[in-house]
Amino acid sequence: MTETTLGLFTIFVLSVFVGFEVISKVSSVLHTPLMSGANAIHGVILIGSIVILGTGHGAAQVVLGFIAVVLATVNAVGGFVVTDRMLEMFKGRSRR
Amino acid sequence: MSRAQAIELVYLFCAVCFIVALKGLSSPRSARAGNIIGAVGMTVAVGATFATPGLHRIGLIVVALVIGTAIGVPAARSVKMTAIPQMVAAFNGVGGGAAALVSLAEFDRGHATFGTAAAVLFSTLVGAVSFTGSAITFAKLQELMTGRPVVLPRQREINVALGVGAVAFVVWGLSARSVRAAVLLALVAAVMGVLFVLPVGGADVPVVISLLNSFTGLAVAATGAVLRTTLLIVAGTLVGASGTLLTRMMSQAMGRSLSSTLFGALTAKPSSAAAAGDDGADRSVRTGTVDDVAVLLAYAQRVVVVPGYGLAVAQAQHTIRELADLLESRGVEVVYGIHPVAGRMPGHMNVLLAEANVPYEQLREMDDVNPQFPQTDVVLVVGANDVVNPAARDSPGSPIYGMPILNVDEARNVVFLKRSMRPGFAGIDNALLYDPKTTMLFGDAKDTLTSLVSAVKAA
Repeated sequence: MTETTLGLFTIFVLSVFVGFEVISKVSSVLHTPLMSGANAIHGVILIGSIVILGTGHGAAQVVLGFIAVVLATVNAVGGFVVTDRMLEMFKGRSRR
Repeated sequence: MSRAQAIELVYLFCAVCFIVALKGLSSPRSARAGNIIGAVGMTVAVGATFATPGLHRIGLIVVALVIGTAIGVPAARSVKMTAIPQMVAAFNGVGGGAAALVSLAEFDRGHATFGTAAAVLFSTLVGAVSFTGSAITFAKLQELMTGRPVVLPRQREINVALGVGAVAFVVWGLSARSVRAAVLLALVAAVMGVLFVLPVGGADVPVVISLLNSFTGLAVAATGAVLRTTLLIVAGTLVGASGTLLTRMMSQAMGRSLSSTLFGALTAKPSSAAAAGDDGADRSVRTGTVDDVAVLLAYAQRVVVVPGYGLAVAQAQHTIRELADLLESRGVEVVYGIHPVAGRMPGHMNVLLAEANVPYEQLREMDDVNPQFPQTDVVLVVGANDVVNPAARDSPGSPIYGMPILNVDEARNVVFLKRSMRPGFAGIDNALLYDPKTTMLFGDAKDTLTSLVSAVKAA
């Protein structure tokens, strides 16, 4: 196992624990927005898609990269917008 | 510091943004800010990626970003609040698809080590399952297909064959570093995704969406291992871990184990639902008129509204608020008793009622409202059934036994607004419908509520 791989594995394991910790206590009221927000966050695959499209060789890689950028953008942008729409309603009401 | 290192530092900032975002989303006060912090992290990450050394085709990348935004934003803006779950499913599916495509394209460049090949195959498999699985959940919730569990003839044998095929392609892909094996694996996984979701009933689909959400997170994390991008690993793993926990919380709120949600239809004995439907045949049901119920409500001291899936379907959230406001103006205390899984997924009903501007103070969670039912004059159950079924509490033989319910049977009067005597999603009879203190009002929830509003005005 190389040092880089070991480093990445360490990051992975620590992230698992952080993921469990941050949402250990959530009211069921927020389950849907939380799921939607987490859904938007995995849209970060967008940066991988951009790298593939921008550095790929040959038609196959470019086509795959292009589709991936489009799909990931839909995931990220749509995800944040729809989560905000849900939460907007909670906010507006508690102020009143 | 090199440019690549600077980008890594910016990515670290983005990873922190995502952690803060998830933390924020866990509490009502900070949820909106949390989501915005997440969006900021995403924007910064994309900006930094443009500085990647040797990045070409900037124009093409911008075009793809514009197309994605042009699809995503209008879809997210225009979706009806009742259709939120399938929107989330759709966004989740395309993310999983993107993760699989990125891994495949990177694999196509060659020079993969054993570990990289393993990560590629993992993210291809999981990403493809998430893509087609989400497509089926979307079709079920959008009612493009039946919401009932679908089990193919010989599905077990088909599942075994697909599993064997997947293992074979994984072994081939690992040993030969073959891109063709990875593509074939993606195709097998796509079929697996479909067959995985088909047997899940409509009521359980939200749990599956949450599970597929965490799958996509893991696929993204694996893609991060392929590309050696720490931000993808951190963000993907965060979503994978928190999504798994969220999925468990959702199934617990439904009083079911995750395995019975996913595989119940494959192992169920088909006779149970039919048998349960029989014993109610000779009991009588009291059907009331709108005017009777209007009087009951208008002269009550305390009314609890229990909204369910039927309210969402009938788009009656605005009308129920109108009725509640009217009753409040007459001095009746009105609160809403929200079962954790009311609507189509946990918290969904709160979003729907929020859309109709129902004051937050009137929404009560199950544990808060349950002790108050004995002091309640009328419970108005709108389009809900299983979540108020006393069988969950009293009959150990019932399929829903053990599910936490709203104890509406302890109130003085219960009024059900239902379309028919048809049982709820769980497919079991509800003895409360035959109780002497229960009044039924059949019909579309919105129409019935509208006539109730005018009848209360007259009362």
